[in-house]
Amino acid sequence: MAILINKTTRIIVQGFTGKIGSFHAQDMINYGSNVVGGVTPGKGGQRHLGLPVFNTVRQAIAETGAEASIIFVPPAFAADSIMEAADAGIQYCVAITDGIPTQDMMKVKNYLRRATKQNRMMLTGPNCAGTISPGQAMLGIMPGHIYMRGHVGVVGRSGTLGYEAADQMKALGIGISTSVGIGGDPINGSSHRDILEKFEEDSDTKVVLMIGEIGGQQEIDAGMYARDHMTKPLVAYIAGLTAPEGRRMGHAGAIISSAGESAAEKVALLKELGVTICPTPSAMGETVAKVLAGL
Amino acid sequence: MDIHEYQAKEILTGYGVRIAEGGVAHSPEEAVQRSREISSKVWVVKAQIHSGARGKAGGIRLCKTHDEVEAAAQDMLGKIMVTRQTGPAGKVCSRVYVEAATDIAREIYFCILVDRSTERIVMIGSSQGGMEIEELVETHPDVIKKIYVEPAVGLQEFQAREMAFALDIDDSLLNQAIKTIKGCYRALRDLDANMLEINPLVVSNNGELIALDAKMNFDTNALFRRHKIFELRDNSQIDPREVAAADHDLSYIGLDGDIGCMINGAGLAMATMDMIKLAGGEPANFLDVGGGASAERTEKAFRLVLADKGVKAMLVNIFAGINRCDWIAEGVVSAVRNIDMKIPLIVRLSGTNVEAGRKIIADSGLPIIMAETLADAAEKAVKARNAVVAAESNMAERRRGE
Repeated sequence: MAILINKTTRIIVQGFTGKIGSFHAQDMINYGSNVVGGVTPGKGGQRHLGLPVFNTVRQAIAETGAEASIIFVPPAFAADSIMEAADAGIQYCVAITDGIPTQDMMKVKNYLRRATKQNRMMLTGPNCAGTISPGQAMLGIMPGHIYMRGHVGVVGRSGTLGYEAADQMKALGIGISTSVGIGGDPINGSSHRDILEKFEEDSDTKVVLMIGEIGGQQEIDAGMYARDHMTKPLVAYIAGLTAPEGRRMGHAGAIISSAGESAAEKVALLKELGVTICPTPSAMGETVAKVLAGL
Repeated sequence: MDIHEYQAKEILTGYGVRIAEGGVAHSPEEAVQRSREISSKVWVVKAQIHSGARGKAGGIRLCKTHDEVEAAAQDMLGKIMVTRQTGPAGKVCSRVYVEAATDIAREIYFCILVDRSTERIVMIGSSQGGMEIEELVETHPDVIKKIYVEPAVGLQEFQAREMAFALDIDDSLLNQAIKTIKGCYRALRDLDANMLEINPLVVSNNGELIALDAKMNFDTNALFRRHKIFELRDNSQIDPREVAAADHDLSYIGLDGDIGCMINGAGLAMATMDMIKLAGGEPANFLDVGGGASAERTEKAFRLVLADKGVKAMLVNIFAGINRCDWIAEGVVSAVRNIDMKIPLIVRLSGTNVEAGRKIIADSGLPIIMAETLADAAEKAVKARNAVVAAESNMAERRRGE
């Protein structure tokens, strides 16, 4: 089953013919993702990587029946591309772009909310590594080979820390249903909680690992959701124990700006909410293994 | 990105916010020039550093003569000021702001910011000003007013009015207050600011509403379209290592520990630093080299980490995705050779082409300590650091003995 994407999901690439878009589109195709075309305004009618190029997302959907899109458009134009995808009827969109202005994201989120929740485009990212349902489809920039197919759902802000988790689990023979990167920006398309809701509904997912970090309240919201609404166990690791207050740790959103946003405070709150905490970033795999063994 | 008080005030004036007459000075002589230009008998000289709480650090001084202005500027300029917000390293004062002193009848707190949890712009105000918002939340939570702005329609007149009433503004000043509130909102929206704080906003004895202080912070992601704001960047207020890193497009933050770090990805970097701490060490820095770590970039990152002379050992942790471990390994080997590194280096590679990467390092003949896992890497780094520190203290001991 997996969530968000599977091997039949029809995918288009926005920013298809650019250097980065081309590279990762080819990588996704090699992985087995069902990429059906791409969009680059002004290059409609051409073919690229053996696939059709369209001027608009609307045309791409009309011709290919695309359901999902991935965005490699530069920061200045990325918000516009996300809104175009939503307007044209894309159901799931991954924004890889790093560096989108916060107020642009505010506008995007407001635009997405114009649709009812049922008809609303799901957005993950920006500033993320994307989403992968191992063995089925990859909608992102991750190294696909480190992911093993299985029954653990993974949601995280960071790319490489997500790889680390996948690698630790694979070493223990534990596979992943879907791994979702929600990105490191202060305002992002989907929160940890939004993804937990999906995993809770997914029959393929037995345990969820949440990889959070300092800054914001999303990990705590997710913990509250898990306590009140989830039947599946939630395991969490929060990065940034050593992060000083008020400093941006690489990610635009990774900053402790008010009470409750430090790693120690988040860990304490999550424990109270009944979430199983990975004591160290090195113990993500074994902590998930223990919880799986207890099912 | 932060800017100085005088710069924020200059911006806000353009949006209809009233400020006291003032001007910036880079020398004591220039400060006197400013005070002579300002039609006032009392002046305030204010150190321009990127920090609040300047008063207690001697960064704000009331002066009654031009000589006093000169002396105040003399005292502040060139001085490293340590406040509650700067950290122990402090910030250097290279400009002062000379301003006509205001007779204060009442102080108000006002702030506008982008609120990440509601994904909206929020205005926060309190009729009790002059203290920091954290303090206000503690002592007067009942008088804090929050108004959220709907992004689609923007700030409405009634919301500005509602805020003005919450701030206990007299009828005679209502229009000026609404103009100030709306002006601040427009400045935040137009210029891609994350935060704009006026603390205090004061009612003067002659019945004017004046922004006595102003702080603005801007979204670095939006600087590509805010060239005028970018020009306000003052590198003297930023850790020089961070300035150098930014020039190479590396993300670096200096910390107080002595184990240098080079990692790819912000999350993995934070996790690795956590691991160092859990193993009993302290990281010297945060450094994300990003996805495309070429040999050249790797060497620059090494130089940056090693520029901190307090670093006793260095840990490299790379999870290669798009990258390949063999490329990273080649970069590391050439950086170590070019730099002639004197301290222990611990390298942990994982991901694409890991075997080839490990072989390159093993074959290099360099004394690089290889680690298998994240935990292994952190433990080896702390052990190596402890050995260096022990050797140093032994050496010092022996010297004292001679």
